[in-house]
Amino acid sequence: MAERTVQVNLRAGLQARPAAQFVQEANRFSSDVFLDKDGKSVNAKSIMGVMSLVIPKGATVTLRATGSDAEQAVERLAVLVGSEE
Amino acid sequence: MSGFVTVAQLVEELNLELIGSGIGLARTINSEEINRPGLGLAGFLVYYPSDRVQVLGRTELAFLSSIDAMDARERLKRICSFEQTPCIVVTRNQEISDELREEAEQYGVPLLRTRLSTPKFIAQITTFLELHLAPETLVHGVLVDVYGIGILMTGSSGIGKSETALELLKRGHRMVADDAVEIRRISEDTLVGMAPPLLQHLLEIRGLGVLNAMTLFGAGAIRTHKKIEMIIELEAWQDDRSYDRLGLDEDKRRILDVDLTCLIIPVRPGRNLAIIIEVAAMNQRLKRMGYNAARELSEKLMSSMDAHED
Repeated sequence: MAERTVQVNLRAGLQARPAAQFVQEANRFSSDVFLDKDGKSVNAKSIMGVMSLVIPKGATVTLRATGSDAEQAVERLAVLVGSEE
Repeated sequence: MSGFVTVAQLVEELNLELIGSGIGLARTINSEEINRPGLGLAGFLVYYPSDRVQVLGRTELAFLSSIDAMDARERLKRICSFEQTPCIVVTRNQEISDELREEAEQYGVPLLRTRLSTPKFIAQITTFLELHLAPETLVHGVLVDVYGIGILMTGSSGIGKSETALELLKRGHRMVADDAVEIRRISEDTLVGMAPPLLQHLLEIRGLGVLNAMTLFGAGAIRTHKKIEMIIELEAWQDDRSYDRLGLDEDKRRILDVDLTCLIIPVRPGRNLAIIIEVAAMNQRLKRMGYNAARELSEKLMSSMDAHED
């Protein structure tokens, strides 16, 4: 189990296109990955789930993963949402 | 890759009346444009487009009968003497003068006649020639008409294109061509697909062999040709490949210099492709009518983000 809380720095937040990119990245890992915001948790591999959280730039989210590559998954996704592009 | 049409084909397809012996029917038409040789008859032959079908309407014939017969013959001789002129067509079933008949015969230009008025005939022959002289190509794929949308299914051999077509047929849709699709560009941005004559109505299903869709499913199950509106490419599911999850962006594929929307649909056991293709067709119609679900969701998401910030 890996967990990390990060701030979203993507210029436009997790809008549709960045959200799709995020989900695609999450799907590369075999671990179960979850994204939490304001007490709501969604599967990070589901595009509709991720978009339903409405995550703007500056929001604080928590990434959680369980599985063999949990550490890498959290690390990679944290970098993705933490970057400005 | 443009083809040509022989004058004999033109006579046959447009129901034209052949005046004279039928000499020159093997002449070919290579230009889809038409000429009314008014200026040519008046004596101005600079830029005279002799390679086009020449149409004689009321104006031209009235002009010829207003001058003396010898003069008219001279002028007609000049028009008829071009070897590259495919044929001369007289409209409105007008009376044909001896001069015209004899000069055409002498130079071997087929002389034809139609009942239609000049503008109607020009519209008809232009449509006919555009279709037959359009650039064409042959594509490996299956062309179906689903809810009125022409969909070209492509993908490697054995991926299940024909099986999907079969299921679409069972669901009441229509097939145009299986395996080989002849595609013609009939205007700047319009592609029309049809089956090669030999393969019309036929499809091949592994294990069953060659089937005739018309005798199996009835005349309502087939179409002779259909405008192609989108391409659906079937490909074997690859785990490491990312498939479109949103549908915000459209991939384009180019055929004969026309860009068509292309969807890549991964194939995996248990996915019902026929239903996916039906929905893709309906979604394409919605987009054409101006509604795009992905775009609307994206806009909603953006505005809720703005609302959060305030």
